[in-house]
Amino acid sequence: MRTTTGVADAHLTEEQIDALGAELDAIRASVVDDLGEADAHYIRTVVRVQRGLEAGGRTLLLFSRVPAAWVAGTAALSVAKILENMELGHNILHGQWDWMRDPDIHSTTWEWDHASPSQMWKRSHNYEHHTFTNVRGKDRDLGYAIMRVTPEQPWHPAYLLQPIYNIGLSAFFEWAIAIYDIEFDRVQEGTKTWDEAKAEMKTIWRKARTQLAKDYILFPLLSGRGAVSTLTANATAALVRNVWSHAVIFCGHFPDGVETFDEARLEGESRGQWYIRQLLGSANLTGGPLFHIMTGNLSHQIEHHLFPDVPSNRYREIAPQVQDVCRRYGLPYSSGTLPRQYGTVLRRLARLAFPGGHKRYGGSPAPVRKLRPRTGVRLPAVARRAA
Amino acid sequence: MAPLARRVIAAARALTTPLLPEDFVSVWRPLRSRRAPGARVVDVRRETTDATTLLLRPGTSLPVHQPGQFVGLGVQVDGVWTWRSYSITSRPGDPLLAVTVTAVPGGLVSTRLAHHTRPGTLVRISEPSGDFLLPAATPEKLLFVTAGSGITPVMGMLRTLAARNTAALDGAVHVHSDRTAADVVFGPELRTLAARTGMRLVERHTATQGRLRPDALTDLVPDWTARHTWACGPADMLDDLTDHWERVGDPTALHVERFRPPTWDDASGTGGRVTFATSGVTAEAGEGEPLMAAGEAAGALLPAGCRMGICHTCVGPLRSGAVRDLLTGDTHDTAGQPVRTCVSAPLGDVTIDL
Repeated sequence: MRTTTGVADAHLTEEQIDALGAELDAIRASVVDDLGEADAHYIRTVVRVQRGLEAGGRTLLLFSRVPAAWVAGTAALSVAKILENMELGHNILHGQWDWMRDPDIHSTTWEWDHASPSQMWKRSHNYEHHTFTNVRGKDRDLGYAIMRVTPEQPWHPAYLLQPIYNIGLSAFFEWAIAIYDIEFDRVQEGTKTWDEAKAEMKTIWRKARTQLAKDYILFPLLSGRGAVSTLTANATAALVRNVWSHAVIFCGHFPDGVETFDEARLEGESRGQWYIRQLLGSANLTGGPLFHIMTGNLSHQIEHHLFPDVPSNRYREIAPQVQDVCRRYGLPYSSGTLPRQYGTVLRRLARLAFPGGHKRYGGSPAPVRKLRPRTGVRLPAVARRAA
Repeated sequence: MAPLARRVIAAARALTTPLLPEDFVSVWRPLRSRRAPGARVVDVRRETTDATTLLLRPGTSLPVHQPGQFVGLGVQVDGVWTWRSYSITSRPGDPLLAVTVTAVPGGLVSTRLAHHTRPGTLVRISEPSGDFLLPAATPEKLLFVTAGSGITPVMGMLRTLAARNTAALDGAVHVHSDRTAADVVFGPELRTLAARTGMRLVERHTATQGRLRPDALTDLVPDWTARHTWACGPADMLDDLTDHWERVGDPTALHVERFRPPTWDDASGTGGRVTFATSGVTAEAGEGEPLMAAGEAAGALLPAGCRMGICHTCVGPLRSGAVRDLLTGDTHDTAGQPVRTCVSAPLGDVTIDL
């Protein structure tokens, strides 16, 4: 039945789904049992490289009036910021490295260079997004409450502008995530109070202002006469990081070939069905080892969604096993290069800015259920006014 | 701290936010971390076939220890930071901190430390703790009863007394048991120290003489009831001594160091679901499994120290449910009651504020 099993897995029996769940559990167990010194060495190396690039980049930028220093410093800082948010921050906050019991690299102690405080982000991301992945009305990451990414989302005139505000979203991605975590859409719905939202805004601001001060006041001041060029360098590094992470993250769930699900799918969902939803709701990016690290291994979005707390350096080795499972059970394994996948995302955003889109993106002849108002994706106040 | 230094630190913090300056420093100088203090193994001395003394230089200054106390040492075993406690055998104020590690058969950490540590190795270190101490005013008549690696905390005491209060050792008695003369850790040093200070050293070699029974003390140390006694060794020996002092001696004059991880064979907890409220982690504890072991297996980062119920680093307030203290056998079920997670096993479902 489509409403409970999706489209691509409709051919599987309950027993097959259970067997698939057991196979994926076994893949997970084989990795977890094998974790050891080499993994610990890997993450410590990434920390060392990241801190080195950050310290080196910022030191170079003290002389940012020299064009070569500006370019090299900005490049180093951009890479440092990307590593910090993606291969380190995102993955450590998932608890991928908690097994080491190292208070320096642990989901409960880690704070990242991001506008969203780690505690707040962990709730919205680790719990809501990873549990309810791609379930319309439950996974707020599906369009981030401001975009129409599946035809089942009711159209609204504000979406006409989404190809344009996607550019702004990309440039200011870290801020968008922080604001998104406050869940203004829920305040509007009435499921969250203004006081709660205000308290969270304060928490974000307390953290964000220290980071703004660091990047846009203190380091520029330290650069003396190079203050302006250091400021532009820091802003560029932040922009590079935002644009890059936005592209990688949008390629995780919104390219063509990825399925979204009806809320009914969650009812009595078995472990195997949960795995299948994660498989069908995610897409990988292909590339070399360095590319994978720079995406925080979110290029293995499928493996990450199946095993969110398995250390990211292991996704590459389990990907062929997961692919093999998909092949044997006749399930799609969505994957492509970054330009190709991002291209399909942009095309989708452009098409779905307009009403309809069922024919191209509906994916199945199944009837489109009307979303219940309370769980429907609502537009935040800003978008409504724009409309 | 001088206002200028404080300002410099504040400025450095503003430049490294959301990290701390030490997060950068510790990447290149791992010993400088204050969140995870470390020490470098400067020298390694083989004491016997299975005991090794490690001479450590801590990266940040630790509080000065008192003789008889222990420190926790953390080493990475297969990538996992694993901690054990070891008695300090050096004197307070010595330039290097010495611990003596005896390899326990099958012991991951002790075997690695005793047999596979090279000078230059970095370990993590916790602050000295423990209440197996000599009082500020040294009692006139001392008795030490030790066996095997139980010599280590007493060695710290003896070395300190020999250097600072030699008179206290004159007339003291030390009864030490080990399999053979060659197995005695610090054997030659003990014998020299005894000859020099006037302490009477009674070595008992259990391979030939059998185990020391408390009754034998009457012959070995006729005035044992008049002495303050410090004892450390295997649990059986300490149990025997405690019984003996309770029956025929003054229990307050006996100080013991139970230096061993508790065993959960008696399965005195029923197990249950443990919720660590602050960490947001829920774990299933098996029968007799301590809260800490269950929590760590589920990925919680919990305060931890000796892991054997001695140091109280791991204490957290109980919010709901009941636990049994595996060392004392006591049941705790009052909300707000602080419990030692390393030796408390749940009796059903438990929530703790950690």
